[in-house]
This record gives sequence, structure tokens and C-alpha cells, in this order.
Amino acid sequence: MSDNKYIDRRNFIERSFRIGLGAAVAGTAGYTLLKLTRRSYVWQIDPFKCTQCGRCQTDCVLPVSAVKCVHAYDLCGYCDLCGGYFKPDANELSTAAENQLCPTQAIKRQFVEEPYYEYIIVEELCIGCGKCVKGCTSFGNGSLILQIRHDICVNCNECAIARVCPSDAISRIPVDEPYIIKGDFSFTNKS
Amino acid sequence: MWTRRGILFFVFTIVLTLWAYSQHQQRFPRPEFETGYEQPDATTPEPRSGAVELIDVLVLTLALSGGVWLALKKRSRKGILWLSIFSLAYFGFFREGCICSVGSLQNIALSLFDPGYAVSLNVLAFFVIPLVFALFFGRIFCGSVCPLGVIQDLVVLKPVKLPHGLQTVLGLLPFLYLGFAVLFAATGTDFIICRYDPFVGIFRLGAPFHMIMLGVLFLLIGMFVSRPYCRFLCPYGVLLGWMSRFSRRHLTITPAECIECKLCADSCPFDAIEAPTGDLSAERTSKNRNRFIVYAILIPVIAFAAGFLLNRAHPYLAKANSTVYLADLLVTQPEMQFNTENLDISTFMASGKSLATLTEEADAIRHSFAAGSWYLGIFLGLVFGFTLLNQVIYRRREGYTPHKGDCVSCGRCFDYCPVQKHAENTNHE
Ligand code: SF4
Ligand code: SF4
Ligand code: SF4
Ligand code: SF4
Repeated sequence: MSDNKYIDRRNFIERSFRIGLGAAVAGTAGYTLLKLTRRSYVWQIDPFKCTQCGRCQTDCVLPVSAVKCVHAYDLCGYCDLCGGYFKPDANELSTAAENQLCPTQAIKRQFVEEPYYEYIIVEELCIGCGKCVKGCTSFGNGSLILQIRHDICVNCNECAIARVCPSDAISRIPVDEPYIIKGDFSFTNKS
Repeated sequence: MWTRRGILFFVFTIVLTLWAYSQHQQRFPRPEFETGYEQPDATTPEPRSGAVELIDVLVLTLALSGGVWLALKKRSRKGILWLSIFSLAYFGFFREGCICSVGSLQNIALSLFDPGYAVSLNVLAFFVIPLVFALFFGRIFCGSVCPLGVIQDLVVLKPVKLPHGLQTVLGLLPFLYLGFAVLFAATGTDFIICRYDPFVGIFRLGAPFHMIMLGVLFLLIGMFVSRPYCRFLCPYGVLLGWMSRFSRRHLTITPAECIECKLCADSCPFDAIEAPTGDLSAERTSKNRNRFIVYAILIPVIAFAAGFLLNRAHPYLAKANSTVYLADLLVTQPEMQFNTENLDISTFMASGKSLATLTEEADAIRHSFAAGSWYLGIFLGLVFGFTLLNQVIYRRREGYTPHKGDCVSCGRCFDYCPVQKHAENTNHE
């Protein structure tokens, strides 16, 4: 076989493969484009599904979880005896640390007017353990919820908590509505 | 001791749980405040907006274009080095490693197989753009842009040459990784590339201990076996390698005629430079031809056998899926249902979902594993077969040339080629 022929044949094979591969990439891209939503996604917890298992605290890839407790004030009863603030066996309704459910004392209790108290989450302290959320959901209105905080979350390609969440509560949601905050059921009656 | 409040609380609890079983109900009405108290809003800090993500895509394209210019036109190792450091800083440490092209292939796989999942524009861009560049100019992405590759490239200290056979065998691992990553992503089981990404913990300057250790280990090995992740694991590298092998253009070691001094071959830490071949003896040729025929016949057999074997193994593979795992556990060991220690079981039991629904879901997933393992097996069999075949295909090369599939376009060889130096000298005079 002469040199030229050899090189011609090689070039021809290479070109065919190149076209084939190009078509494969274009095909994949095209197919995905058909389904493409212009919006980007972020991970978020559906508070209606979350069972406060505690994995949000331990399984986030960040040293301190990007999941924090959020207060959906719309729902709060401003109770004196707050199921999210006090341990069930608390011996008095004071702000003493041993009475508090929160391991890091991240909830601030503030008097509003008789007999109402306001509860504020200090996010810097919250570690996302969900203990208060569990307390509030079991004994109160469920106004404390866990949410992924997008100023902290690095938006992993696959959220490490979503993978282990036993309630399948974490999913991708569109970036323009990045939180699922419970509303006031007595007004809107929807999630 | 039970205090009065404690008892009250207890009674309260019982009453409440009985009374308000549905959570979608407010147990305590919202108070009417008399002191003019204003209810604050729930705080919702903004995520990075979509516009910023488009900037990422822009930076990616610009960096790749710059890489092409530096590698093919300017032929500057220094330029490539600085560009790669910039990319490491931007895509690695600033953007904290996500989204990266390597991981994006899982999103694409999932969106191809799961009708309910759609990727976003920037994920698609991160997947496609480096591939297109590779199809035209070689693996510019690996040399100049990929943060995972660059961080390994920067620690190369004293690379050892691996025996050819070992390299070929280890070179099969990325295909394995690619295959399993696609299988697990397509079945919605797991994104293993992200989960075992060795460097993302370093980029984020904080991660679970074992993740950081994995990264450090790779970097330590990488001092002597250069770019271990790239060469022996990276699944995206497989795709880039395919593209690059048939790329339209590719960087050349020498700007002019190779004088076969062999200096460049020693400069490449990735053993990606191939020596010129002489003419084959007639005896070798006929031997190769016979082997070629045998292997060519064997390939479909190997592919079928591998597919069959993996398909046999699919029940075990499917256990990686948490739904399948849970269903299997509850079906084979029914007494586990009352295990309150296991969080997954207790949550499932409390959810009110029936075991029948769970096993149905698990069956559907197992079904896709059964089909997927056939494809995966055939794919791996083909890869193995073609690797064998490649050993006996003779390609004539004149002069030292980069292996277009393996070369990551780092440009180290440029500075070693005396032909270029000579040309530069005459320019300066
Ligand atoms: S892992 Fe799931 S169930 Fe557990 S606390 Fe987080 S969101 Fe709630
Ligand atoms: S109890 Fe846990 S989730 Fe609630 S505020 Fe404290 S740290 Fe955060
Ligand atoms: S996406 Fe990553 S950073 Fe955000 S909550 Fe999940 S694991 Fe944590
Ligand atoms: S082989 Fe993979 S990890 Fe290495 S530089 Fe290329 S894309 Fe990045």
C-alpha cells in the first residue's frame, strides 16, 4: 500500500469517527435540551414530609450543616409553654439552659405581652438538629421548620442529606422559589 | 420528681396528640396582639442567582478558548500553567467544586432515563462544552481548566513510569467507574462520582475527615504517579479521550520536523508520548493479523458473557438503592419491622406507607437494574475486547507524537523540544 493511500484511509476513518462522536454529543445535548428548563435548581426540605430524624445535622457535607431551623411566624401560637423551646420535663418555664430543648440554646425567648412569647432562632448557633422542630410539631403548631439555608448551602450536585433522608423530604426545587415555608393554615389552607 | 408543670405538660401532650392528629391544623390560634406587636417574616436568604451561573459558563468557555490558543498557537507551557492556576482558583476554591463537568455526566444520564428530571442550562453547558472543545482541539479542558486535574498536576514531583501492561490494565478502571456511575445515576440510586470526589473537600476547605484524607492520599500518590485520578479513575476523561482521539486538531510537540531526539518522551509525566514505529516484519504482520481475527471474533462473545454475568449479579447491585435495600430487609426479615433502632425502618413504619407499595417500588427499580446491568456488562465487555484488539493493531508513526487520547494538553513537552528552541533562537537573533 502506498504512503498516500495509508494516510488517506487513516484520515477518512478519523473523520468518520469524528462526525459520529459529534453526532452523539449533539444528539444527547439535543435530547436534554428538549426537556431543558431554563431555571436552575436548589435543594430544599419539604417541611410537610420531614420527620426530624436528625440526619440533617449529621449528613451535610459542610462542617456545620447548611440546614437551620426557620420560624414560620404565620403559624406560631406564641405560647408561653412552647413545645419547641422547653424540654417536656422542664421544671419551670424559665430561660435556664437545662430547661431548653435546643442543645446550643439557639432559640431566643422574648416576652411580647401577657401571655404571649416570641421565639427567635439565632441562626449562627443553630446546628440543624431538628429537636425543636420535633417538639413544636408534636406539641405545638409546627411553626418551627427545617430549611436548607441558601446563603450557606454550596448546592452540591447531589445533596448528601437527600441521599439518606428516610422521609424523602429533600428534592430539587426551582431557584426562583428556593424555600418551602409553611403558611397559616387557617387562612390559606395549603402548603 | 414530677413537678406540677411536668404533669400538666404530660396531660397536655396526650390530649393534644389525640385531638390534633393531623398536622395540617393549628392547635393554638394565632393571638390577637394588643401592644401593636409586628410579626416578623420568616427569613429567606437568596441563593446565587441564575445570572451568576451563566457567568460560570462564560468563564468556562473563555478559559477553554484561552487554553486552545496557548496550547496550539502560542505553545506556552507557562501560559497554560497560569491559566490552570486561575481555573483551579475559580472553579475549585471560589466556586467550591460544584457543578463540575465530571459530575455533570450523571445529571445527563439521569435526565436521559428519568422523565421527571430535567437538567438546567448550566449543567448541560458544563457537560457539552469541554467535549466539543476536545472534539476540535484535544483535551484542553484537562490541561488548563478542570480543577480536579489541575490540583493533581501542580503536585507532580518525581513521576515514575509505570510498566506498559499495568498502565493498560489500570486504564480500564475509568470505564468501570463510568459504567457504574451511569447505571447508578440513571436508576436514581446515587451520584457516586460526587460522593467519592476526592478533591471537593479540599476545595471547600472543610469536609468529613475521610473525604479530606482521600484527597490528601490522592495528592501524595500524585507526586509519583502523576494525575492518578485522571488516568485511572476519571469517568469524564473517558468521554474526553474518545473525543480527543479523533479530534480535528491537536497540539504538536515540535513546531517543525521531529528529529527523534527522545527528549520530549522523558518530559511527559503521563506517558502519553509515543515513539515512532519502524516497519513491521512480515512475520509480525501475519501474526498480528491472525490475532486480530481471533480477537475480533471474541469481542461479541466477551461482550455477551459480561452482560450475562452482570445481569446475574443485578439483585446485588440493586441493593445499593435505598428503597430496594429497605424492601429486601423487611421482606426477608419481617421481625425487623419492629426494630426502633433503625431510623430508616422506624420512619417507614411511621409513614403509613404499606409494605406492598414499598416492594412494588423496589421491584420497579430492580427491573431497571436488570436491564441496565445487561447494557453495562456489554459495554464493559466491548471495552475489554477493543483494548485487546488495540494491542495488535499497527499504526505507523513518524517521529514522537502525543497519544491523542491520553495527552491532557499540559504543554510540558514544548519546552523540551530542541527544534523549537532552535527556532526561537533564530527569531531572537
Ligand atoms: S433528613 Fe429528612 S427527615 Fe431527617 S431532619 Fe432532614 S429533612 Fe427531616
Ligand atoms: S433545637 Fe436544633 S434545630 Fe432547633 S434551633 Fe436548636 S440547634 Fe437548631
Ligand atoms: S446541598 Fe450540600 S451543602 Fe446543601 S444541605 Fe445538602 S449536603 Fe448540605
Ligand atoms: S481526566 Fe477528568 S479529572 Fe482529570 S483533568 Fe480531565 S476531566 Fe479533570
